[in-house]
Amino acid sequence: MVTDMEARTQPKAHATMLGSAQPGAMPPGTGEEPAPPLKAESRRLSFHYGSFKALKDVSMPVHEHRVTALIGPSGCGKSTFLRCFNRMHDLYPGNRYDGQIVLHPDNTDLLAADVDPIEVRMRVSMVFQKPNPFPKSIYENVAYGLRVRGVRNKNLLDEKVEESLRGAALWDEVENRLNEVGSNLSGGQQQRLCIARALATDPEIMLFDEPTSALDPIATASIEELISELKKKVTILIVTHNMQQAARVSDFTAYMYLGELVEFDKTDTIFFKPRRKETEDYITGRFG
Amino acid sequence: MSDHTSKQFDAEMEAIRSGVLTMGGLVERQLARAIDALGEDEDTRLIDTVAADEQTINQLQVTMDQQCAQIIARRQPTAVDLRMILTVSKIVNDLERIGDEVKKVAYKAAGIRGNEPLTRMRYFDVGRMATGAQSMLHKTLDAFARLDVGSAAEVVDDDDQIDLAFNAIMRQLISFMMEDPRTISAALETVFIAKSIERIGDHAKNIAESVVQVVKGTDVRHASAEQIRAEVASE
Repeated sequence: MVTDMEARTQPKAHATMLGSAQPGAMPPGTGEEPAPPLKAESRRLSFHYGSFKALKDVSMPVHEHRVTALIGPSGCGKSTFLRCFNRMHDLYPGNRYDGQIVLHPDNTDLLAADVDPIEVRMRVSMVFQKPNPFPKSIYENVAYGLRVRGVRNKNLLDEKVEESLRGAALWDEVENRLNEVGSNLSGGQQQRLCIARALATDPEIMLFDEPTSALDPIATASIEELISELKKKVTILIVTHNMQQAARVSDFTAYMYLGELVEFDKTDTIFFKPRRKETEDYITGRFG
Repeated sequence: MSDHTSKQFDAEMEAIRSGVLTMGGLVERQLARAIDALGEDEDTRLIDTVAADEQTINQLQVTMDQQCAQIIARRQPTAVDLRMILTVSKIVNDLERIGDEVKKVAYKAAGIRGNEPLTRMRYFDVGRMATGAQSMLHKTLDAFARLDVGSAAEVVDDDDQIDLAFNAIMRQLISFMMEDPRTISAALETVFIAKSIERIGDHAKNIAESVVQVVKGTDVRHASAEQIRAEVASE
């Protein structure tokens, strides 16, 4: 929570202003904040669906405890790119990765052949477009990942389920009905249940693939609010068709087109003064 | 700039752009009339016209601000569109303020007839300064219409000339007042006129800076003329 006083004394000034370029002449706090440390980065990542090259040499940083939004027209490769981060493409034959996705601080290449995709998915969890709770109770939905991991201790499970549901801002609504089937919840609640399920394994990165496109505006707002809370604990990558959503929730934005990363920058820059004309045309609605 | 997928959005953006030019045209006409009022044989009816123009300009300011707010509410504009709307809203303010200053010039000009040496000075020196401000205003509106940062940068330079002229007039008026205290009241009125014209120059400069902000995305409001020229020249 930023108090008014902090907000006044430490403005998040990203606006470029000429005339204050002299070193030392700037009042404290008005300069560019240094880029936060890297949580992951893709290095010259290409991806093939059989003979179709869906990603072309994408190199992009993912900053720790920040939300990075991937935007671009349909078919630009943003979901493909997102799914590479937890090896989702391994599930289908004929897919091929080139390049690396390096997870920091241990420098693990997520795409390396000797890295277990199950282990990757513990560290990098995913929330999908449509809420997809398992046909199990609310409790079991959240406990699932831990059970798969071999956790049997009832107290530990209870603790983790509550913590995850609280983290997903769902606990207060479901604490008395943990044994009900997950699919009885409303759409927005189901999506938060899926977020709780993804949180239970203490992931380092969470991937959101259009998490609100099936939700009404109020449920969307609560998920967006949740994302801003979650980034204190995890690093977030989100694919969204809703440009205003990208502008609202993200700290960094990547614009992709035809499998290439066209522009990556702070969200404030992308939506006010992007460097590339292609980006400007897309975000202002001049595309196509 | 290519068109939006939404033609209605294009039409709304074009409406605020041409609204600025309409408002600018009115302010220019009003300023031309005020300059006439500075002349020796001015017509008092001119003052009524200037006042009427001012009303229209005020109304346009309100309408334009509404249009800008509506586009923001309905379209959530970004990048160049957002910069354009923010800028239009600022330019509209500057134009309205120019309208106020022009009205002051016209009224004060009518109020100080008769004092011989000061009338001549008013006609020549103040008149020349006003013509300078007039050409700045014209150039800056032109720069907006064509989104021409080169001529916007020239306007910023021109403002220095207006400031120099203002200082020269101040020095002259001080010597008049020291020589003959009977000129003091007319001299003070002339100070106000010159100050208003100097303010018109400042507002024209603000508009020019806004044009740079639309095109370059850089806020040059508190930058020096050299810094602005460098920014305009940069890719």
